[in-house]
Amino acid sequence: MSLSKGQVLRDSLSVALPVGTYGIAFGAAAIANGFSVLQASLFSLLLFSGASQFAVVGVMGAGGSALSAITTGSLLGFRNGLYSMRMKPVLKVQGVRKLLAAQITIDESTGVAISQEPRGEAAMRFGFWATGIGVFIFWNLFTLLGALGAQALGNPSAWGLDAAVPAAFLGLVWPRLINKQSKLIAILATVIALLLTPISSAGVPIISTVLLAVLFGWKPKA
Amino acid sequence: MSAMWIATLVSSLICYLFKILGYTIPESFLANPRVQRINTLIPIVLLSSLVGVQTITNKSEIVFDQRVVGVAVAAIALKFKAPFPVVIFSAALTSAALYNWL
Repeated sequence: MSLSKGQVLRDSLSVALPVGTYGIAFGAAAIANGFSVLQASLFSLLLFSGASQFAVVGVMGAGGSALSAITTGSLLGFRNGLYSMRMKPVLKVQGVRKLLAAQITIDESTGVAISQEPRGEAAMRFGFWATGIGVFIFWNLFTLLGALGAQALGNPSAWGLDAAVPAAFLGLVWPRLINKQSKLIAILATVIALLLTPISSAGVPIISTVLLAVLFGWKPKA
Repeated sequence: MSAMWIATLVSSLICYLFKILGYTIPESFLANPRVQRINTLIPIVLLSSLVGVQTITNKSEIVFDQRVVGVAVAAIALKFKAPFPVVIFSAALTSAALYNWL
């Protein structure tokens, strides 16, 4: 293995391992919200996109319908399509490799690939595959551990899992609050969702906030 | 099929379709600046509202309980740039302590 491949691999693993361990929080969240160990594992194998997975189990756990859970999870999953578009000219994949590349096209694999740009396209491709496959393995392993662990624990409140799930959402949104506008939008979205909660069915308050994203994103910032 | 199964399988299918879409359709389609701007904001509004709803509601009521304190501790941990597992664990520990001993 050449020196630069070794460096890329180190970058990939330094992202894949810590991110993969968050799977333990997802596995536990899925169980706390009424899903089975099998369903928790299928989420990580088939859906494989953290924020969407947390959202689907969170909305269902709050008493939302399958439709509102699916809508929320899908809206969060849309960005992976934009990552695919970014990676398409770099990876140049066809056939089965395209189907596999698509499944591991997420925040981390795209992020590491883009960070390797100065080292050239070969390094970008290697970074993409190494990170994507690494996250996939660790995320699934830790999801199973988290799910089995939470199942053994019993009452989610007694173990603080009811606070761990919103804390996970907070941890996911935190790095995105980079300026005044994003912070304002985050606060508005929270307030609107809470105001709508007593007067609409579960899940609807969350999806409704997408209108805010459309409203603020419609025109470029002045 | 139960709602849980429908949510699991359909959301997985749709999210995979989005992933494969970017490799399949012409590049200009999703490159629209408006789509890009709105897409950047979508995770912010959905994740923020999920924090609010999961922290201070129960069914369709506003409820203040141990979760609020747990999530507040998570916010403090994030403020001090604590790693994700520490954030989650400190929230869970705080909430569980209050639930069990108050």
